[in-house]
Amino acid sequence: MKRTPLYQIHKTLNAKFTEFGGWEMPLQYSSIVKEHLSVRTTVGLFDLSHMGELEVCGQGASELVQKLSANDVGRLTDGRALYTLFCNETGGIVDDLLIYQYADDHYMLVVNAANIEKDLAWVETHNDTGAEIRDVSENTALIALQGPKSMDILKPFVPECDVSEISFFRFAVEEVAGIGTVISRTGYTGEIGFELYVDTNSAEDLWNALYPAVIEADGQLVGLGARDTLRLEAGLRLYGMDMNDDTNPYEVGLGKFVKSKNRQFIGKSALLREKKKGIAKQMIGFQMLDRAVARAGYAVYQDSECIGSVTSGAPSPSLKYGIGFAAVSSQAIPDDGKIDIEIRGRMHPAKIVKVPFI
Amino acid sequence: MIPHNLRYMESHEWAKQDGDVVTIGISDYAQSEIQDIVYVELPEVGTELTQKTEFGVIESVKAAFDLYAPVSGEVIDVNESLLDAPEQVNASPYDDGWFLKIRITDPSELDALLDADSYQAHIEAEHA
Repeated sequence: MKRTPLYQIHKTLNAKFTEFGGWEMPLQYSSIVKEHLSVRTTVGLFDLSHMGELEVCGQGASELVQKLSANDVGRLTDGRALYTLFCNETGGIVDDLLIYQYADDHYMLVVNAANIEKDLAWVETHNDTGAEIRDVSENTALIALQGPKSMDILKPFVPECDVSEISFFRFAVEEVAGIGTVISRTGYTGEIGFELYVDTNSAEDLWNALYPAVIEADGQLVGLGARDTLRLEAGLRLYGMDMNDDTNPYEVGLGKFVKSKNRQFIGKSALLREKKKGIAKQMIGFQMLDRAVARAGYAVYQDSECIGSVTSGAPSPSLKYGIGFAAVSSQAIPDDGKIDIEIRGRMHPAKIVKVPFI
Repeated sequence: MIPHNLRYMESHEWAKQDGDVVTIGISDYAQSEIQDIVYVELPEVGTELTQKTEFGVIESVKAAFDLYAPVSGEVIDVNESLLDAPEQVNASPYDDGWFLKIRITDPSELDALLDADSYQAHIEAEHA
């Protein structure tokens, strides 16, 4: 298993570890609930160095990312990031990712850890524009600071720039605690926060600089356990759970990130065809009506008919009941929103609710 | 740390004998490993349990864990308070966090369980 540059620090901090996408990552340090709630109320510090970073540079860079991206990269200007999907020729999702534009001949793609090799191959295969592609994942560490206090905590470490001026989905290249950092106003928690990209060799220094400030602010170190419940409450999909190579963006509720007008991209014709045909499957958010917990793979019923299955599910630490996403047959969605979820052979009542859950 | 008046399973359930009634729960080590218990699913009074077979489930934020019966017998009492306050298993695994009381049929089954020292050794081996 691969380890991030902060592995030894996590070990010293008594983290429990888990395997995720081929990486040995902190699952939790104290308690998932405590870590989760700290991000909602104060601040949390995350090591996300398992995420992949691909750089696309040079002449043809802009054309290449535009061709691969379902969302319109043409909307980017320097210093902005875009959430997008790479789709295959049949409209299935190769990965969901962020594209950062440093300049119109310099982009950084931030991809899911388990998909780094797949995405690199995908980008290289379709590179007929002469762009230069580099996998810089090994040299790039990612530390996230998320929660209502994240702005105040980060500020004193960045004397050269007012971090409150960096608006949502924008980034700045500045020194944080004297370390060259890409400060990105992004996150996967539904809270205000920052994602900080640094050279692998500086990861420990940045972590050690921020850590005391986080603890001082009543914050927590946050592992992947709470990262999952935070993103779920915020209504954010997870690749490999809620979507994969065989699901198209419309089926998983990400249709708004498909921009087909006046542009070409891989998968466009298949997606237009699917949309015209009607989308047979839909992703719904649900909440449990008893204390049971629905998890991925459990069957969803309307009356006695199985209409789909849960793709992500967990007890919500903020709401204190089970929530999740389910992929269900569009035609079978009941008007009253009442469904049942089969948990260990027994039916448990649930209802369809709007996402985000909080 | 590990109560000496209880017997243990390798799957971390404990059993406390009081005549022909055995109370069962999970160990402090188990609750601290599982953490954040949010749901407990237990059988009803009258259910017959068989030693070493599943009788219920506890769920943490992260995952579901099966519970195994340390002894065979009939369920005569269920800790209903866990349905509304499953966190009692975290807070008090040996007292308020008990699961069931069972009327046992074969007291010798208890001899097959680990004593406190053997259980301690088992935890250390598992943790190493």
